[in-house]
Amino acid sequence: MEDDNWQWHMYDTVKGSDWLGDQDAIHYMTREAPKAVIELENYGMPFSRTTDGKIYQRAFGGQSLKFGKGGQAHRCCCVADRTGHSLLHTLYGQSLRYDCNYFIEYFALDLIMEDGECRGVIALSLEDGSIHRIRAKNTVLATGGYGRAYFSCTSAHTCTGDGTAMVARAGLPSQDLEFVQFHPTGIYGAGCLITEGCRGEGGYLINSQGERFMERYAPVAKDLASRDVVSRSMTIEIREGRGCGPEKDHVYLQLHHLPAEQLHTRLPGISETAMIFAGVDVTREPIPVLPTVHYNMGGVPTNYKGQVLTTVNDQDTVVRGLYACGEAASSSVHGANRLGANSLLDLVVFGRACAKTIAEEHKPGESIGSIKENAGEASVANLDWCRHANGSIPTANLRLQMQKTMQTHAAVFRTEETLKEGCAKMDKLYSNLKDLKVSDSSLIWNSDLVETLELQNLMLNAVQTIVGAENRKESRGAHAREDYKTRIDEYDYSKPVEGQQKKPFDQHWRKHTLTTVDEKTGKVSIRYRPVIDHTLDSNECATVPPAIRSY
Amino acid sequence: MFSMKVSKLNKKHFQIFRSVSTANVKEFLVYRWSPEGNEKPRLQSYLVNLKECGPMVLDALIKIKNEQDPTLTFRRSCREGICGSCSMNIGGANTLACTSRIKEAGKPTKIYPLPHMYVIKDLVTDMSNFYKQYASIQPYLQKSAPLQKTETPQSVENRKKLDGLYECILCACCSTSCPSYWWNPDKYLGPATLLQAYRWIIDSRDEKQKERLKKLEDTFSLYRCHTIMNCAKTCPKGLNPGKAIAEIKKLMVSDKSASAF
Repeated sequence: MEDDNWQWHMYDTVKGSDWLGDQDAIHYMTREAPKAVIELENYGMPFSRTTDGKIYQRAFGGQSLKFGKGGQAHRCCCVADRTGHSLLHTLYGQSLRYDCNYFIEYFALDLIMEDGECRGVIALSLEDGSIHRIRAKNTVLATGGYGRAYFSCTSAHTCTGDGTAMVARAGLPSQDLEFVQFHPTGIYGAGCLITEGCRGEGGYLINSQGERFMERYAPVAKDLASRDVVSRSMTIEIREGRGCGPEKDHVYLQLHHLPAEQLHTRLPGISETAMIFAGVDVTREPIPVLPTVHYNMGGVPTNYKGQVLTTVNDQDTVVRGLYACGEAASSSVHGANRLGANSLLDLVVFGRACAKTIAEEHKPGESIGSIKENAGEASVANLDWCRHANGSIPTANLRLQMQKTMQTHAAVFRTEETLKEGCAKMDKLYSNLKDLKVSDSSLIWNSDLVETLELQNLMLNAVQTIVGAENRKESRGAHAREDYKTRIDEYDYSKPVEGQQKKPFDQHWRKHTLTTVDEKTGKVSIRYRPVIDHTLDSNECATVPPAIRSY
Repeated sequence: MFSMKVSKLNKKHFQIFRSVSTANVKEFLVYRWSPEGNEKPRLQSYLVNLKECGPMVLDALIKIKNEQDPTLTFRRSCREGICGSCSMNIGGANTLACTSRIKEAGKPTKIYPLPHMYVIKDLVTDMSNFYKQYASIQPYLQKSAPLQKTETPQSVENRKKLDGLYECILCACCSTSCPSYWWNPDKYLGPATLLQAYRWIIDSRDEKQKERLKKLEDTFSLYRCHTIMNCAKTCPKGLNPGKAIAEIKKLMVSDKSASAF
């Protein structure tokens, strides 16, 4: 591949985040990235290879050379199109070398907090219905996102925001939940993901006129522009009547101009997925695709070391004993929009950062603070209530109503009217949680009960998302508002900064949203936190000043 | 169209039959058993209007759970054939419910848990033995040198040897379709675990090939495979554990196992 530099990746990530990302965390992640990949390869991850035996790298969205001026970068290391699957199996296999104790099919109900410190979790074992309080000096949340709050998402059924919900119930804030990424290429209908790697290998999107429309919206990067840009472009094409299919409600991803051999070697997984879920032979026909909910940029706020933060008198304060990483966290490397491939990187770098921080600050055998006799009582009470809930709305019904509301009112393009309506509907749906009906009262593997607990978790995430979206009166990254079309920063970066008056903190939007929820009423409270612009070491990596974002 | 005794028809069936012109009703017979209570396992009948249902068996199961019977219990997660959670026996074959298309015409579809596994509840089986066996083959790269600062070079040809092996999702469809595994699940490792053992044996970067092969040198771990080949037939990802096992057997007898490449 061509010459590359981690500082260029750092620039791409800051730009991709629409300057809402914390540059110290981004500096950390991009600097550690090459080491993380080598470490994974040493663990046995079966990366695809080039003819000289080195790790194969492909182009991915939003990745450029020379700070955006040198064309498309090919820096994304991959295992065909199954990198995530391979990463999971490699890390799981490695974990078996150590004395990792897995509590398989235990559902974590809540954090056990004492004196503002996290001292463990209380969890339900599905296998026999027993409840366990697990005391721990350090708890790391790696619970993923909450794509299932929407009707159509690429996420698995288990993506129900359990970690962010536990944090909300503990009275701690979540950050930037209004930023929900719509991945450009989810299969129309099923919602299964077609990786961005397709466009990285040379595939492109076409409308009903057979036009490669991304050339108009992103002249330089075209189909490999940042995901929010592509999703918006696709939505506009469909809205303006150039959608494909009988309902003209999706567009096509074309791959059949690529050699069949390349598709077979580099993209075997999606070739199979496209056949199974869309009945399409990618060597001959295009795949019908639609922007689909895929990732949550927001989550539990942390610093670059993985420690969970809250604010006390507007000062960042570490919550002792609690860490978060991955999609559940907001460190924030992704800011208002995440670049493709940065999530898998985020997982390994910050997962490791949590471990390193814990190892640096603690020794094995340290005593854990005590917990009250009745710690976790509220969780048990809720569990019991759910198990015997005999209202009028079955869990599946209420969940579907929530999903349809979020899909309609917190979509790719948002307006004041639809958001306000959405907030009101979500408020009503939240209060309907009191009227749930659970049919299965068994103790062993009660999936009806667990889906109900998950619905409670989804609701907490959903209300924070939609209230946060209605509140943010600008467009930034994945949060696109038709009534506030531009970014509102502390300076107007479309003009020279010199001579401009800097806007005070409360009059611009280049800041993180922090939301908390009252568990009983669903009422969301909002406060803010500044974006971290300084890097870890300005000699090693300079801050990227804000600029207008175009591809 | 429906092979049901008239005596088994009830009011619900008539309501559905009345709207037959606009509906496309399919019957599913699903294995049910709860560890709570004293009832024996039974097959429960559910009727689903396929016009209002997605194409896959998992879509039907979820629809039944959401609309008719929330107590119906099964594992599911990704719904796209990559996580391996929803493996079960559908129409007599072990496969993933999420990639198994509903057969519209003909007899009711029978859905059972994976064969010869302890049932925890309904379609959920106890997978702990399966996971223990997987851990026992040491599914991680083993080299004598510690972690390097660069990647271990691997040629395209050597990397290709891993294709058809690393894609395994550990769904257990193959192992639970193997009669040898049914009769000796504790001592015979089974196709899935053996496929993974082979994945590490022929990874050119691994340096413990001899030791890995030596671990399989007893009468049960590997050699209960009698090339029945149910595994290859049933694998929902199109992999061939039987072939991988044959390759291991070849390595076990050849001298090449000392220095493979």
